[in-house]
Amino acid sequence: MSTTAPQPPQLTPEQLDAFGRELDAIRERVTADLGERDAAYIRRIIKAQRGLEIGGRGLLEFGFLPPAWLAGTAALSLSKILDNMEIGHNVMHGQYDWMNDEAVNGQAFEWDSACPSEQWRHSHNYMHHTHTNILGKDRDIGYGVLRMSEDQKWHPYYLGNPVYAALLALLFQWGVALHDLEVEQLNTGKAKWSDKRGMLKEIWRKGRRQALKDYALFPLLAGPGAPFTLAGNLTANAVRNVWAFMIIFCGHFPEGTHEFTEEECEGETRGEWYYRQLLGSANLTGGELFHIMSGNLSHQIEHHLFPDLPAHRYAELAVEVREICARYGLPYNSGPLHKQFGSVVKKIVKLALPGGGGGDERAPEPIAAAPAAAERELVAA
Amino acid sequence: MFTQTPQRLTRRVLSSKLADALTTPHGVDRYVELVRPAFSLRDVRAEVVAVRRATARSVTLALRPNANWQGFRAGQFVRLSTEIDGVRHTRCYSPASSAHVGDLIELTAHAQADGVVSPFLRAGAQPGMVVSLSQAEGDFVLPDERPDQLLLISGGSGITPVMSMLRTLCQEGYRGRIAFLHYARDEHDVAYRRQLAELAAGHANVRLLHGFSRQPGAGELEGRFERAHVHAARIDPARALTFACGPTGLLDAVRTTWAGDALEERLHVEQFTAPAPAQVDPDAHVAGSVRFARSGVEASGTAAPLLDQAEAAGLTPKSGCRMGICHTCTCRKLEGAVRDVRTGEVSTAPDELIQICVNAPVGDVTLDI
Repeated sequence: MSTTAPQPPQLTPEQLDAFGRELDAIRERVTADLGERDAAYIRRIIKAQRGLEIGGRGLLEFGFLPPAWLAGTAALSLSKILDNMEIGHNVMHGQYDWMNDEAVNGQAFEWDSACPSEQWRHSHNYMHHTHTNILGKDRDIGYGVLRMSEDQKWHPYYLGNPVYAALLALLFQWGVALHDLEVEQLNTGKAKWSDKRGMLKEIWRKGRRQALKDYALFPLLAGPGAPFTLAGNLTANAVRNVWAFMIIFCGHFPEGTHEFTEEECEGETRGEWYYRQLLGSANLTGGELFHIMSGNLSHQIEHHLFPDLPAHRYAELAVEVREICARYGLPYNSGPLHKQFGSVVKKIVKLALPGGGGGDERAPEPIAAAPAAAERELVAA
Repeated sequence: MFTQTPQRLTRRVLSSKLADALTTPHGVDRYVELVRPAFSLRDVRAEVVAVRRATARSVTLALRPNANWQGFRAGQFVRLSTEIDGVRHTRCYSPASSAHVGDLIELTAHAQADGVVSPFLRAGAQPGMVVSLSQAEGDFVLPDERPDQLLLISGGSGITPVMSMLRTLCQEGYRGRIAFLHYARDEHDVAYRRQLAELAAGHANVRLLHGFSRQPGAGELEGRFERAHVHAARIDPARALTFACGPTGLLDAVRTTWAGDALEERLHVEQFTAPAPAQVDPDAHVAGSVRFARSGVEASGTAAPLLDQAEAAGLTPKSGCRMGICHTCTCRKLEGAVRDVRTGEVSTAPDELIQICVNAPVGDVTLDI
């Protein structure tokens, strides 16, 4: 395990099992309680998003008037943020699959982003959520372009770390769109361009439709006001990009989050899986509106423990999770956005340079040894 | 005409390529439905315009389907979906109205003690409520070339498709002889008692016979269905076409009688399939078969998760984490009960999404793979 924070207490296999059972119990209880309240919540958010979108796009057709431009751009930014985070991200996790409604079905949903949802579900739901913070497996560590861990080998290329990070933030939807291509495989010879043709076609199809809508059709409808509409749409996409980047990078990279090696996680039990999710994630504190606008990813810890429970419940669950962590002496990483994002920026800058920046290299310590029961055996037991 | 034209124009604009491009990726429906819940460019949805509760157990809904509805043939059924406590449930109902009434359809639901959708509708359906429908399905239908004589037999809630046949025939001025045999607990349990009586009174060619199992002497027919009831109906089963719909016991008796006369070809039956049993012991492995409907593959079920069983059967469904996190393997279970191997919880609901990596079959299961 590698980190810039003090090592968390190591639990015995029995403690890890008990810890896992307590979290399983929360999951079961909430699953049994899903119903009208959750359905009404997501429908309300969808209604708000569609309203903001129609309002924003309508106002931007009169973008030559400065107040209309400002209000329109703000409304469209909010719409895109809601669409991608509280709706898209969470629906595509299958959080509302139990409703049996195609409009909120995780596999049918498409979001207002350049990334084809099918590819995002693979890179995010499977690769990232199953292998969270495992170096070499979780491709969200640095998105294949940044050095986000001191265990990633330094290369002169990483001198540009802060510049790449700024570009990734601004163009985040396109970065996410290209993410599942795993282009680094092309360098290592693990894959050829021809293997990626199908995915590229999908990205092109989705990206083109998105660009056509935002950068051609809506501006053209505004006639001579087209440049204002175009500028508003560009701004809204950029605002959403930067916001999503900030929230997502605050999820796993603030000071105190841990990374793991593949060896450490081999034959992980359910308790150990929860333990890794907890130590690899960090929360953001804030008000109710802030949590909604972050897609409740401000409760990243709860999200990683229970990725398919409706996210609007995370705030309630956080109280219990925090209490459980305290009892087991486990850290619960939480802080306000400026503090958490500040430490992310610090890390991005520090890791542009060789070494860990701190010079305090710790030897990775294995998670408490546990019976090497394969996860699936445990699950099936 | 003046109200129709703007509607058609609106629909043309909304179904244009431009509207689609402007509303990508969600599509026009997802916006319009927020203000007009019954609107859709492709799905059939219907607004409840009237509700009648004719008996203690039944509820009759008059529905106005949207423009996507293609009509039905008397005797067919639709799949109706409605949301109960946040979960969308789908059940089959046969319209009971005449197939010649284009803009409205009438459905009657009978609340069963262990049911979900019908009791919900019985208790809470109100005008203004919007439900989703499928197009009409099923081959329990009147032939386009109408037969000389018709015998319609129904029991309990099975009355609806044959009611539709009767109304359709009466409306189109059918001249042949029709006998309608209906079996119910008692006279208060017949949702269409008044309508049947009116049709029989208004059409000399319609003969109506009731049998009441808990009210001896009150109907024209005594006891359960038997050959004598056909004679009482003054119908020649060899000349007539017979349509029967109702519980298994009634249909078995009808089938046996027609088979005895080697007249199976003159008989059409429709059985409303009973829902899966609600109570299943979660700890016991119930042997059964697993059917992968889309691939046409069937395997004998084991206690392993369905994903493993699909792969063992030579299929390659999408999968990811294999531990219930990523939902890559989520697919539709069409029928049967499954047990969540993480929690032991058993789910028997038809037509629901399940994660096949963490669900094992309990008895027969059909998956949309």
